Amino acid sequence: MDLSLSTRTVGDRTVVEVGGEIDVYTAPKLREQLVELVNDGSYHLVVDMERVDFLDSTGLGVLVGGLKRVRAHEGSLRLVCNQERILKIFRITGLTKVFPIHTSVEEAVAATD
Amino acid sequence: MATVELRFSALPEHVRTARLVAAAVARRAGVDEAVLDEVRLAVGEACSRAVGLHESHDITSPVRVLLIEDEKKFSIEVGDGVSDHSGTSGAHGGAEGTAESDAEGEDEMGLAVISGLVDDVEVTTGEDGGLIRMSWPTATAATLP
Repeated sequence: MDLSLSTRTVGDRTVVEVGGEIDVYTAPKLREQLVELVNDGSYHLVVDMERVDFLDSTGLGVLVGGLKRVRAHEGSLRLVCNQERILKIFRITGLTKVFPIHTSVEEAVAATD
Repeated sequence: MATVELRFSALPEHVRTARLVAAAVARRAGVDEAVLDEVRLAVGEACSRAVGLHESHDITSPVRVLLIEDEKKFSIEVGDGVSDHSGTSGAHGGAEGTAESDAEGEDEMGLAVISGLVDDVEVTTGEDGGLIRMSWPTATAATLP
């Protein structure tokens, strides 16, 4: 399965809905999307990973890169994920401490630091 | 001899194929369903790393994956062509500074994921190239048809 990406705006947040597999082949597409959003002035991103079937370290690298970019503009990058197999990858790499991870898009959109 | 041997051109689009094949062979070998996700992720990480190494060292030979079914364990060996004295290729020097430093970080993160996931893992580099060897216990007999 390939990667699917769609974006929508909710208030001052931009929600990026990701589906399919994020791996060494597809991660560059996600990177391009995040870079494009930040270049267009969207600095508060919510990445909805509920429809992601697979995530590897290349995908993690892209998300960390996205976080660095939005932080340069005092922005935020929040994740939405309830899938245990995906959450596990964030845990073993210690990235649960780096990303705010929410259980729903509504919660992520409403969240403030 | 390996139960299944896979060789693929060092291109990112083939890593998914390696994941699918490894998971299928692991399932047949009797690796617990709950662990198959880990097998899939670990072999994907090892293959992504090998593809990255072949690309950065301009190596045209394929990435090698051995899937080995033993009596009590299932092993995967992912071999790359970067030997311990290959050095760093200058071919891509300066072409994409940011992309390269990202790639290095991902390589380290890949190994971090593998060591976090797999209890029995060994990373070696020799004359013939690098090798990541991983294994998982199997529930033999019980799962055989």
